[in-house]
Amino acid sequence: MSWFDKLHQTFIEGDRYLWLIDGLKNTLLITLGALIIGVIIGAIIAITKYFCEGNKKLKVFSVICDVYTTVIRGIPVTVLLLVFFFVIFVSARDGVPVAIAAFGINSGAYMAELIRSGINAVDKGQMEAARSLGMSKGQAMAKIILPQAIKNILPAIGNECIALLKETSVAGYVAVVDITKAATNIRNKTYDAVNPIILLALVYLVLVVVMTYLLAILERRLRKSDGK
Amino acid sequence: MMANNKIIISTKGLLKSFDKLDVLKGINIDIYRGDVVCVIGASGSGKSTFLRCLNLLEQPTGGQIFFEGTDLTNSKVDLNLHRQKMGMVFQQFNLFPHLNILQNLTLAPTMLKKIPKEEADAKAMALLGRVGLADRAEAYPSQLSGGQKQRVAIVRALCMEPDVMLFDEPTSALDPEMVGEVLDVMKELAREGMTMVVVTHEMGFAREVANRVIFLDEGLVAEEGTPEEIFGAPKTERLRTFLSKVL
Repeated sequence: MSWFDKLHQTFIEGDRYLWLIDGLKNTLLITLGALIIGVIIGAIIAITKYFCEGNKKLKVFSVICDVYTTVIRGIPVTVLLLVFFFVIFVSARDGVPVAIAAFGINSGAYMAELIRSGINAVDKGQMEAARSLGMSKGQAMAKIILPQAIKNILPAIGNECIALLKETSVAGYVAVVDITKAATNIRNKTYDAVNPIILLALVYLVLVVVMTYLLAILERRLRKSDGK
Repeated sequence: MMANNKIIISTKGLLKSFDKLDVLKGINIDIYRGDVVCVIGASGSGKSTFLRCLNLLEQPTGGQIFFEGTDLTNSKVDLNLHRQKMGMVFQQFNLFPHLNILQNLTLAPTMLKKIPKEEADAKAMALLGRVGLADRAEAYPSQLSGGQKQRVAIVRALCMEPDVMLFDEPTSALDPEMVGEVLDVMKELAREGMTMVVVTHEMGFAREVANRVIFLDEGLVAEEGTPEEIFGAPKTERLRTFLSKVL
């Protein structure tokens, strides 16, 4: 049997390529959902910590943020996923929303540190200049600090996106059929181990290359507005 | 030069400490409308801290600051509203690098004073023209020289139509050949009757433009007077020593 016949047998017969496409959809859905949740949580934590700094009354919020970051960063994402699926959302029928929540909350802890470092990297004089014009701390954050912070950390956020995409390959642990799980299913059905795994690796590689390319475009756009 | 005798800023026993270091040890100063006050002193004398306390960029440890009759140190005061009337120019310019020059100038007026964009643009362009930078409205701060940046920073503060302008060593970060262009803009402002408080090392500027000079030493007003009095007939030994080093 030639290689092409083998490929045909593995992927085309029984329309098994559709398994992969459905898996890919779930992979992208989980990545995108988790990314959005992660950025939102990360921004909330970073900004909360910025405003609580040096304010004794608000210290409790800062402590809550620290606990979150410590706990989440201290647990492997696979374990976190298992906790979410088998402990917290026991009655969940569909694993995808649970996976989005787990990966999003995991990513949020890393995003928080990223965004915080981006905010801290903006020169202190920027906040002073904004305040001296009469802006409130919140207005200055929104119009002056965050736009500069995001530009600074965009490459790091890109890295986080790529890591997130690849991390979602463990979603199969909780009965989510992502693309990795789909490839495993094909392997189990056809006893062809090589081709599904090679194809799987290629799909991830292509996804990461496309993401990298899109990020490079975005970075270039932002830098243009810098006039550099 | 004094338009009238109305006090615009008044500090009463102003104190500021950083941890255990007392930087300001009780400063009482009245600044009148139309005054051009130059604050001089050795580094570490507290002159920048004093200026930064006036609009509460530094929170004073004690004492009071009255601006147009309002005690700014009262925590119930809406500081943001009063800061709109106190323009500030920094040593490091602190232009917003992600916005072009025109956006730098119009952001605060449109956002805080709700001035329509066209009106804010027109005013900004007029002021830019007066400092000779109308052709750079679309440029970004990183494309400007230090002197140009500082002139833009002055215009940014002026766009809010402040009642007083605070200058924190506005020429200290500039290359020597650019100091003149910034001082010229400041002289022009002074001639128009703007109330100005200037922390500076430019003794020539203080002598020529100020109507009052304040010499700070170790967190206290050591001597105060007209430029003629301060530079011509210094009374204290500390001021004599200081002047002999800088003149």
